[in-house]
Amino acid sequence: MENYDLLNAIILLANFVIVPALSYGSQLALAALGITLVYAVLRFSNFAHGDLMAFGTMIAILITWLFQSWGLTAGVLPTALIALPFAMALTAGFCLLTDRVIYKFYREQKSQPVVFMIVSVGVMFIMNAIVRFIIGPKDRTFFDGEKFIIKAVEFKSYTGLPEGLSIKSTQVLTIVIALITMMMLFYFLQKTKMGKSMRAYSNNEDLALLSGINPDRVVMITWIIVGMLATIAGVLYGLDKSFKPFTYFQLLLPMFAAAIVGGIGNPLGAVAGGYIIAFSEVMLTYAYKKFFMYLLPTNLEPSGLMQFLSTDYKFAISFIILVIVLIIRPTGIFRGKTL
Amino acid sequence: MSNFFYSQNLVGGYGGENILNDCSISVNKGEISVIVGPNGAGKSTAMKAMLGMLKLSQGKVFLDEKDISNLSPQDRVASGISFVPQTMNIFNELTVKENLEMGAYLRDDDLYQTFEEMYSLFPILYEKKEQVAGELSGGQRQQVAVGRALMTQPNVLMLDEPTAGVSPVVMDELFDKIIEIKKTGVAIIIVEQNAKQALNIADYGYVLVAGKNKFTGKGSELLNDSEVRKAFLGG
Repeated sequence: MENYDLLNAIILLANFVIVPALSYGSQLALAALGITLVYAVLRFSNFAHGDLMAFGTMIAILITWLFQSWGLTAGVLPTALIALPFAMALTAGFCLLTDRVIYKFYREQKSQPVVFMIVSVGVMFIMNAIVRFIIGPKDRTFFDGEKFIIKAVEFKSYTGLPEGLSIKSTQVLTIVIALITMMMLFYFLQKTKMGKSMRAYSNNEDLALLSGINPDRVVMITWIIVGMLATIAGVLYGLDKSFKPFTYFQLLLPMFAAAIVGGIGNPLGAVAGGYIIAFSEVMLTYAYKKFFMYLLPTNLEPSGLMQFLSTDYKFAISFIILVIVLIIRPTGIFRGKTL
Repeated sequence: MSNFFYSQNLVGGYGGENILNDCSISVNKGEISVIVGPNGAGKSTAMKAMLGMLKLSQGKVFLDEKDISNLSPQDRVASGISFVPQTMNIFNELTVKENLEMGAYLRDDDLYQTFEEMYSLFPILYEKKEQVAGELSGGQRQQVAVGRALMTQPNVLMLDEPTAGVSPVVMDELFDKIIEIKKTGVAIIIVEQNAKQALNIADYGYVLVAGKNKFTGKGSELLNDSEVRKAFLGG
């Protein structure tokens, strides 16, 4: 058994730290991308993004229920995946409506970014209320299909190791869907004329106007993408954990931390920031006692849990990282403001 | 008047006091008109007024015999007027090639030919096409800026102090390029601080003082006019 200690320790870490952090990081990255897009193109911090995610997820859940009532499922995959494209379209439409009814007015007034930010807080409360009004504040699980790709018990019997590795299908789904989404987004921004014009508009608005780029179109496309990203992020998070409107509101802090750590306005930064925040949260709140028991000789076994912070403090971690970044390198890892 | 692009008796400002008080500028295809004058004379403002970026209380702007006074800047760009601002005139986080592409945003046809023309006019842009424009030197950036403006294949090119902040060598080079552009039949208006050099390449010169045409004439005439020399060209 002695020889397998290192392997056991690695599996333990993969099971409780690496896999969960990768999937949580992907969810944060998608969410932070939405925040960064709004910041780069519309030039304000969108505090309504968490509740926009909740709205999108709610729509996906309602459609999922509808499909389930028809007996329509996706077999081993969650039914919510079939509902996702519809929810994305509806949420994008909702974003456009919000822009038309609310943000457009302030854009025409040429309001300061801080005014926009406060307006977004108002929008946040409205979305918050809409979601609670329609689906209620309760915790809801809408996952169906095959729960595990690898079960801990199967892994143990297959490898003969005492330490088990379980990988949930939602974790793999999250990582795969997030990667595909990010690749498509980066392709759109870097290679298509519309994407380039968005970057140009975010880089130098006046010159973009002088080049004939239509600002209304740029704003419209941005909201559509933001709505879709928020829905994907929200549904993946909800499938992986569960859907509760208040949790989505709370996600605002790690989401903004991710966007700012990476350099707000920079999409690559949002992705990097998402994983940095996720790994920090998971690694600093994990109890390493068993990990060290595998690695250290018996007489050096730790007596405590070897946990840096209780999981109750996970939001404090985002907050601390945010403060440190703002003090040491306010521009974030990648200097931003431009897509 | 048979000028291709001209403004008549412009009066206006940015809301407060009038900056332009009866100012008229005109330019013909294949010619260069230069606007010079002391600081605060309204040179750049006159140019911006011709692009429609200013509220005019009086005066009209004509392009190819059509009154375009009521068109928005975007519509004027679409009808063939290109403008290179003095500052922030490139997309500094985009590559050189993307800058040119964005210049041609309004065009749906094949850009290959125009890219070739741009690269032969500014060979350095071909060399640096994949580089981020913000990393280039001052003179190279100006070339990107002018290149971007030319991508729409405009009839009129307006340059706001294109040589501000570049070395004399680069300035001469830029003026040479501008003459090359003029030879392709583009009407060019330049606002310049370096009055002497600018009037040297000008077909027509306008000396603006307090938003008014003070002296108007052929570039060479103004250069030899003793009054203009004494007041604006340092003797």
